[in-house]
Amino acid sequence: MSAANWRKITIITLVHIGFVAVWWGSVILMEVPEYILPTPWQALKTLEEENYNWLTHFIATSQEIFGGYIMAVVVGVGFAVMFSWSKVTDEAFMPLLVTLNMIPKVAMAPLFIVWLRFGVDTNIVITFTICFFPILLNTARGMREVEPDLLDLVKSLHGSQWQIFTKIQLPGALPFIFSGMKVATVLAVAGAIVGEFIQSDRGLGWFMLVTQEALNTDAMVMALLLVTLIGVILYGLVILLERIFVVQDARVE
Amino acid sequence: METPFISLKNVRKVYRTRDIEFEAISSVSLDISNGELVCLVGPSGCGKSTLLRILAGLHPHDDGDVLIGNSEFPFDPTKDIGMVFQQPLLLKWRRILENVQLPAEILGLPMKAARERAKDLLNMVGLDGFEDKYPYELSGGMQQRAAIARALVHDPKLILMDEPFGALDAMTREKMNLELLDIWQKSQKTIIFVTHGIQEAVFLGTHVAVMSPSPARLADYFEVDLPHPRKLDIKTHENFGVYTRRIYDLLGMD
Ligand SMILES: Nc1ncnc2c1ncn2[C@@H]1O[C@H](COP(=O)(O)OP(=O)(O)OP(=O)(O)O)[C@@H](O)[C@H]1O
Ligand SMILES: [Mg+2]
Repeated sequence: MSAANWRKITIITLVHIGFVAVWWGSVILMEVPEYILPTPWQALKTLEEENYNWLTHFIATSQEIFGGYIMAVVVGVGFAVMFSWSKVTDEAFMPLLVTLNMIPKVAMAPLFIVWLRFGVDTNIVITFTICFFPILLNTARGMREVEPDLLDLVKSLHGSQWQIFTKIQLPGALPFIFSGMKVATVLAVAGAIVGEFIQSDRGLGWFMLVTQEALNTDAMVMALLLVTLIGVILYGLVILLERIFVVQDARVE
Repeated sequence: METPFISLKNVRKVYRTRDIEFEAISSVSLDISNGELVCLVGPSGCGKSTLLRILAGLHPHDDGDVLIGNSEFPFDPTKDIGMVFQQPLLLKWRRILENVQLPAEILGLPMKAARERAKDLLNMVGLDGFEDKYPYELSGGMQQRAAIARALVHDPKLILMDEPFGALDAMTREKMNLELLDIWQKSQKTIIFVTHGIQEAVFLGTHVAVMSPSPARLADYFEVDLPHPRKLDIKTHENFGVYTRRIYDLLGMD
């Protein structure tokens, strides 16, 4: 790894350690009671509590986030590709999708629970609904962003539609797909938690509501940290894939 | 007289957008022999790019005849066109060598041979050692040279260039002009070169075609009788001034 990368990693690590230190320091200095805000250590110690079934909840929420997210990537990219192939579907469905995108997806969650009953599967659907649109819209934009002259070049050689798609359009859209995917990571985490909040019987979000009643703030904070951890892992994986598949200069933020 | 490589007769082109009809080219007749470097000049919007697109088979023309190829140099419209635009339009995600190979891939040519040819061409345009770089690692002029190599990789008989050096600074442009003449002489291709630069047209062209707007037609077509190989000092040749003068007059820019 290059020196610049090491520098970056060092800074990132230091800032995170700094954040935890400030949290810890202020709780102690200001004598904040544990039920308001525990220290990081107090939160961590709740992992020892077996009754909390951490692993079950962690797995449930991970399934919801990753399940819904992967579904959104597959369907979102799939739809965008379909739209780019057929002008008619694009003209017919794109405006509808833009309207549907306006629906506050969070408000759809209670309906899904009515339709599908609560559970991990339903939360996957809720997560999917929330993070599907940015992936679709970004990919569709990327598919459209083809230089007309470049198309002419391929057409002057009588290149096929398939060649245009595989050699020009799709690789050209990749940076946009990833940019949509990055936005969607945050939404996926939120989607899973919203589903669990509304009705559920497991998962870190559900667990937060349960422990809230007992004012076990340390466990709530720990649950929050674990949700964040899942999100960070997801984001990290996306960044990693982007590094592998997208040439540095072609990336869009 | 030998049959021309390209023969345009009363070519007319109308763009139709919903209810409006726009005559982009009203009548162009032109004969071009194989191996010529024809520069096409004319004010903005007079139909130069349109004419190139017709030659490339991208737009149908409305009237007249477009014939390319003769018995000695048969022309296959599905693979004998090389194009260079104002922007290099290299694929950002491909290394330079892979970019140059693109036309060969599209045509399904044997890739091993195409690879060798791409390397040779990169050599010829002065980009040896840059095969594995990405486009962003190259300057604008270098990218445009790669684009020229790309236009040659499938060994087309006709190269169409639409203001290929228009986005470059004056100094790079002069350098590229010299290199283009060199490439043209080595490759023996027929090149149609659209430019806004009148000096550039005379300096490069074996012939210059001047187009005039409304009605869009050919205002003049003449042979540039200056010796080859040309170096920059040819611009001080007395005929050079005569030719540029002639174009300026035609375009009403005196
Ligand atoms: N696809 C199109 N549909 C309708 N009109 C077009 C189209 N392409 C070009 N035109 C019109 O035809 C005319 C000629 O355009 P063209 O691009 O051939 O000009 P040009 O000589 O290449 O100009 P420039 O020097 O600015 O590149 C212009 O008036 C332009 O507006
Ligand atoms: Mg033009």
